[in-house]
Parts: sequence; C-alpha cells; structure tokens
Amino acid sequence: MRQSIIISLLIVAMLFLAVCNLLWGSLDIPVTDVVQILLGGQIEEHPQWTYIIRESRFPQMITALLCGMSLSTCGLMLQTLFRNPLAGPSILGIDAGSNLGVALVMLLLGGTVTLGSLSVSGYLLVIAAAMLGALCIMLLLLLLSSLLRNQIMLLITGVIISYVTGSIISLLNYSATEEGVHNYIVWGMGNFSGVSLERLPLYCILIMLGLFSAILLMKPLDAILLGERYAANLGINVYRTRNLLLLCTGLLTATTTAFCGPISFLGLAVPHIARMTLHTSLHRILLPGSMLMGGCLTLLCNLLCTMPNSGSIIPVNVLTPLIGAPVILYVILKKH
Amino acid sequence: MLELRHLTTGYGNRVVTPDINASLVPGELTSLLGPNGVGKSTLLRTLCTFLPPLRGDIILDGKVVSSLSIAQLSKFIGVVLTERPDVPNLTVRDMVGMGRSPYTGFWGRLNKIDEQYVTDAMQQSGILALERRMFSTLSDGERQKVMIAKVLAQQTPIILLDEPTAFLDFPSKVEMMRLLRRLAHEMQKVIFLSTHDVEMALQLSDRLWIMYPTEVIIGKPAELSSSGELSRFIHSDGIRFDPVLMSYKIDKR
Repeated sequence: MRQSIIISLLIVAMLFLAVCNLLWGSLDIPVTDVVQILLGGQIEEHPQWTYIIRESRFPQMITALLCGMSLSTCGLMLQTLFRNPLAGPSILGIDAGSNLGVALVMLLLGGTVTLGSLSVSGYLLVIAAAMLGALCIMLLLLLLSSLLRNQIMLLITGVIISYVTGSIISLLNYSATEEGVHNYIVWGMGNFSGVSLERLPLYCILIMLGLFSAILLMKPLDAILLGERYAANLGINVYRTRNLLLLCTGLLTATTTAFCGPISFLGLAVPHIARMTLHTSLHRILLPGSMLMGGCLTLLCNLLCTMPNSGSIIPVNVLTPLIGAPVILYVILKKH
Repeated sequence: MLELRHLTTGYGNRVVTPDINASLVPGELTSLLGPNGVGKSTLLRTLCTFLPPLRGDIILDGKVVSSLSIAQLSKFIGVVLTERPDVPNLTVRDMVGMGRSPYTGFWGRLNKIDEQYVTDAMQQSGILALERRMFSTLSDGERQKVMIAKVLAQQTPIILLDEPTAFLDFPSKVEMMRLLRRLAHEMQKVIFLSTHDVEMALQLSDRLWIMYPTEVIIGKPAELSSSGELSRFIHSDGIRFDPVLMSYKIDKR
C-alpha cells in the first residue's frame, strides 16, 4: 500500500519535473508561449524560441531523465550482483573504461580519425570510443568473473582498473594540446545538453534496450539477493544471469557516459534512497522505484544547473556528489 | 527417495570420500556425523548439485540427478546452508516467499495459492508471528527458522541442511532438531542434515551416517549403539560412550 503510494508520487513528481524542465531554462520564455510552441505553434516575434524549446530543452529533458534512470538501474543491479552496498558503475571501473576511450580520442587523436577516405570526427567518434572502452572493461570483468569466483576480488579489480586508466589519462593529458585538455575536462564535468535532437533516437534506443533488459532480470535478481547457492537452489542459472547483468550494466554505463560524460555518485546513491523509502529489497518494487527516483533526481539536477538565470550552466557533476556523498556516508556509518 | 550409487566426492583430482552407497528415504530424519574436515560439507554440496560428483551417480526417483535441469531440481531438492543471507529491508514473509520462485511466473509475483503455501510454511516452522518483521533484525535462531520456512514453501520432497544447529543456543538447537524431526515424520519428507551435536542427533534422528575418511557407516541409532560403532566414533581420550544410556561421559581427570 505504502509502496504503491510512493511509486505513484514518484511518477507524478517525475512528470512535474519533466514539465518544469521544458518551462524553465537559461533564457526566460513565458509559460504560455512554451505551451503554444509545444502544441506546435510559433511565436511570431521570437522564432528562435521554437528552436530553443524543440532542439534544446526537449532533448535535454529526455537525456537527463533517461540518464538518471539508467545510472540508478546500473547501481542497483551491481549492488545486488556483488552483494556490496558500495558497488556502482564507477567502482567496477566500467566508466573508467569509457573515460579512457574518450581521453584517447580527445587528447591523442585530437578528435578526428581518418580511415581511408572516411573521416569520422567529433561526436560520433567520442561515443564509439566510450562504448569501446566500456566494452573492453566489461569483457575483462566477464573473463575475470569466471576465473575469480570471489566477488571482493572483482571489486578490487575494478578499483585497480580505475587507477590504471587514471594514470594513462594523466599521461595523455600531459602530452596533449591545450584545446584537447579543455575539451576533455568539460566533457568530464557531465552535461545533459550534449544530445541533440538528431542523436536523441540512437540514445533513446540504446538506453531503452538496457532498461528493458533490466526489467526482464527482476526475478533472478531477487534470488541472487540470497547468495549464489540459494539462487541456484531456487532454479536460477546464476552464471548466465551474472553475465547478462554485466552486459546490461555495461551497455547502460557506456551509453550514458558517452553521451553525458561521467555522472558521478548517482548510480551508487539512488538505490539506497529507494531502499530507505520503499522498505524492501524485492526488485519488482525496488527497480521501478530506483528508475523513477533516478529520473527525478537528474531532472532536478538539470533544473538546478540551468535555473540560476545567468545564462551560463553549472556542470552536473558539481551537484551529484552533494547528493551522493551524504548517502554513502550514511551507508558506511550505519554498517558500524 | 534419493539414492547414492558408488558416489565419490571431491574437488578436481582430489578425492574426499570414495564410493558411498546409500539411500535416503521419505519420513526419516537422517543426521550426518563426523569430525571436522572429513567431508560432510563436500558430500552435502555434491547432493545439492553445487559440486559435480567425481564418480558414481545420485539417483532421484529413478532419474540421474545430473540429467535434470536446475529448474527441475529446484522442485525436488531444497537446501538450507550454514551461511545466512544478509539481506537488508526484506520482511520475513517476502523471504519465505522466495521459496516459491521455482513455481512463480516470469515476474516472480506470488498468487493466492503461493501466498497460502507461504502462510502454511511459516505456521509449520512457528514464525507466523514474525511475518512483518525485517529478516535482518531477527536472532540467529529465528533466522534459521525463516530459512526452514522458505525451504518448506519450496515444497520439495527432499530437504538438505548443512549444520542447521550451528551458532544456535541450546534451547534453539533442541527446538530446531525437534522441528525437523516432526517435519520429516508428518510431511513424509527426506530430511538430511550434518551436525556436530552428537547427543541430540542420537536422540532425535531416525538414522545416522557416521563419516570416516574412507567409509560411511549407516544405521539406526540403537543398531549403531549395540554394534559398538557409536563407541568407536565417540571414544577418545577422556570420553566414554555408554551404549545403554545412549550418551557419553567425560572423565574429569
């Protein structure tokens, strides 16, 4: 009962925040005009407003929403899989892999690669690099997870991966051009405005694919809560489930990191907030709850980042640790 | 009925217990005794199919266990492990409900019949009053009873338990063993457990398996007592077994 009320409230909050994201931005556009533009109208005196709403605010809202949903889904799945409350996409080094891929492209190649007569440049290359980086780490983790059955070893591996990629990135930064370093740093601050209307469908398809797979894994996730042996005794193919989970989180992390930059802490924090409010660990309630909560939080962050009517935008990663850090502290303090 | 035919347990190339021939029958509580490290857990893990047998077969109602899928097995063999799952934010009812997983549909939702099985299982193991409590707030004894209820909800004819009385205080140990004995008798289940609580196993088990490095001695407690097997197992420096009283005495000096 209490849970269905909270879920309904979250849906309402999410819709409300989504509308707010369309109504407010760095440029002050009257609400009535926004509504008119959304309904397909034009504002005679300000033709550029149509562009701002349709090409900027709308894709940004969708990007933020899906990013929050996918990061919190990843965090929840990884926490269950590793039975570790501090697991998240960043701790396993998956987003470090994306980071390295992006750094290689931005810093070493200057953003352009020529393959024969084909020149792949700019954004698509960054996405491909992030995907490739995350995929490499995923393959490494999959390989190691069948060799090292121990979960803690896998977490340590993730931390080591982050260190190694970090040092390679430092080296790349050291030898890169000033412009490259600047671009890379800006990307690293996180940004929901990087997905344009034309790129939105690709982003949506990839994220939806990941979220949908996560929903299909709800029952095995519940069983895995009890540990691998109990899960196996309940008729769950643990080995296959584990690989599917890693694949699914890999896809979601790579996509969000490539399109929005490394958004820190959300994936780790949201599942805890969801558990605290929903009072359950059952994934058929917790997973939708985390998705909605993650969506709400990123929409809120996006709103707060653009709200201060100055016209300039604060990077998302300035805000997310402010939400994430207290949650992590709470989890650690509660354990002792 | 579970049958072990020339079963050799072990890991990789290392044999732990060779050539076990035995069977477990419904309606009996069977206790597996033996010193630490002799291979009790290895045998249990093999029976739970967590570990493949090195040689020989486990036969379940005429079918070789290795030919069954994980999903099929989950309706025949239920396990209670020594490790207690550490799940925060899960009510006792939800935990017991996990036992219904082999029967629920794709989303794992429990229907009315499942809920009834869950209620019955909690009633059987005496934890119905705790159903709204969070699993992580329970005592060791209560948690163990929840895990028993979970395995009852799983509705398997065979229940295997790895040291279910470890970590429990004395009254809880007695309660646990009596509960398992009652379940075996009333519900006609195969119940097989490993334990170090020898005296309790002697009094409450229908059958004992005494495990040595190269053999397993099987019999009813009274038979093993009169044949001297129990004296052989228990006798050591300072401990004497009294076959008449079915208990052991410890020399004070």
